[in-house]
Amino acid sequence: MNDEDRDGVAIRLERVTKSFGGRKVLDDVSFGVKRGTAFCLLGRSGTGKSVTLKHIIGLITPDSGHVFVEGRDVPALNRRELAQLRKRMGFLFQEGALFDSITVGENVAFPLRRHTDLPNDEIVRRARARLEQVGLGGDYDRMPAQLSGGMRKRAGLARALALDPVILLVDEPSAGLDPITSDEIDQLLVRAKVEQGKTLVVVTHNIPSARTVADEMALLDRGRLVARGTSADLDRSDHPLVREFMQSQGGG
Amino acid sequence: MPGRPLPLSNYCLPSRRLPLHTKTVFDQLGLAVATMLAWVGAVSVFGARALRDAFRPPFEIDEIARQIYEIGWRSAPLIFVSGVAVGVVLSMHTRASLERFGAVSMIPSGLAIAMIRETGPLTAGLLLSGRVGAGIGAELGAMKVTEQIDALEATAVDSFKYLAVTRIVACIIAVPLLTTLMDFAGILGGFIAENASSGMSFRLYFQRSFLFIDFNDFIPATIKTSVFGFIIGTVASYLGFTTTQGTEGVGRASTRSVVLASILIILADVILVRMIFFLFPQNA
Repeated sequence: MNDEDRDGVAIRLERVTKSFGGRKVLDDVSFGVKRGTAFCLLGRSGTGKSVTLKHIIGLITPDSGHVFVEGRDVPALNRRELAQLRKRMGFLFQEGALFDSITVGENVAFPLRRHTDLPNDEIVRRARARLEQVGLGGDYDRMPAQLSGGMRKRAGLARALALDPVILLVDEPSAGLDPITSDEIDQLLVRAKVEQGKTLVVVTHNIPSARTVADEMALLDRGRLVARGTSADLDRSDHPLVREFMQSQGGG
Repeated sequence: MPGRPLPLSNYCLPSRRLPLHTKTVFDQLGLAVATMLAWVGAVSVFGARALRDAFRPPFEIDEIARQIYEIGWRSAPLIFVSGVAVGVVLSMHTRASLERFGAVSMIPSGLAIAMIRETGPLTAGLLLSGRVGAGIGAELGAMKVTEQIDALEATAVDSFKYLAVTRIVACIIAVPLLTTLMDFAGILGGFIAENASSGMSFRLYFQRSFLFIDFNDFIPATIKTSVFGFIIGTVASYLGFTTTQGTEGVGRASTRSVVLASILIILADVILVRMIFFLFPQNA
């Protein structure tokens, strides 16, 4: 058992810096997420929230700094080790990122077909169950193009949950959704955390949603982490941007 | 980092922007050549990596089979119809030329040699760079900009192997098969034209077609189209994987796939024909 496991830290970023084409997107970002808790990354659009999330699953490598997931330095892993780690993680992309050449159900079944030896019946049964969980029970055989934006996002969440990951990374779960669907997704995320003990990192700019889901939150501004703490901590902050954010009610 | 492939951003091109004082005609020409060479280099690295990965498990057999169906079977009508049309036209031209020398009986074998050795392979290569190159470029480009390629990676699937290698391998297998179809369609077209003008029988036409042809004509010319397939698959996959800037980028990836694959196919053909003449001197 290494230090990370003893501390119960599932994800830790250490002084991560990343630039794209000379523009610094992340500047010296550090934070840790305890196992079985939810961490919300807040911030305006284009402040590096999604980039942070993609660092955690190794889709982007930092220019400097370290990203540890379950005690392993993600950028230093080889392809096989990275694949093993990714099987324990689920990722919901901003627009769902469903594979548009296969049905919604097959999208959810895809990770199971790739990474388990389950018989076809069982895979289909599990994929259906996941879709029912997100309220899309009747849409197994539809193509992604036939779904609305919100439905696609929910199907994306079902796919992210398919392999029952211990870590769930969620990019803007409520953007573009109606308030009722948005609440349902929040409840789903809370259940994933409380009942199944998953570790969540949620990128959002919806404060009410962050208050429901998060144990801890942090605010990113132009690539820098300007505040961090529980929602009560952030409510007490006198940083102008943090105050502005915490007082906003807006969704999406 | 051992064992981990380079991120795709490492294959990107040098910037086209130059300081103002360097923008003479020669500088621009030089820059264009340098950009083109850098691009060919980047595509070559991409293709070499694909060939290497093709021999490493998992082999993604199901996906390769699906791609051969998509690329091969679905292109078959286009190739067949074009082949017949090319055969008809070639036959008409050959007849016009050979009539002057009183060598009309040579039309079937002349046409078959032309079709099998060069017209079939090159026409099929160019047609497929349009049909298949544009398709792969647009499909992978769209997958890139909608984060589907990232989603594959996030699902612990090697996106390069699953998307690029399978398509490149499918092209390498499908293009020679389609070329063979084109050759036969061309000969059939030749027969149709010849039958219409001189009433030559099917049997006699085919007998004469294959009079001067052996496997040394067919095999190297057809195998060389595997290289065309490799070019189409690699160029289109590369451009798809490096697509940026949304839907506009997807359109660009698709168009560029066709243009660049066509140019590279014609250039490669010059070299390959030279190689075939060297390796099979009796063909020269």
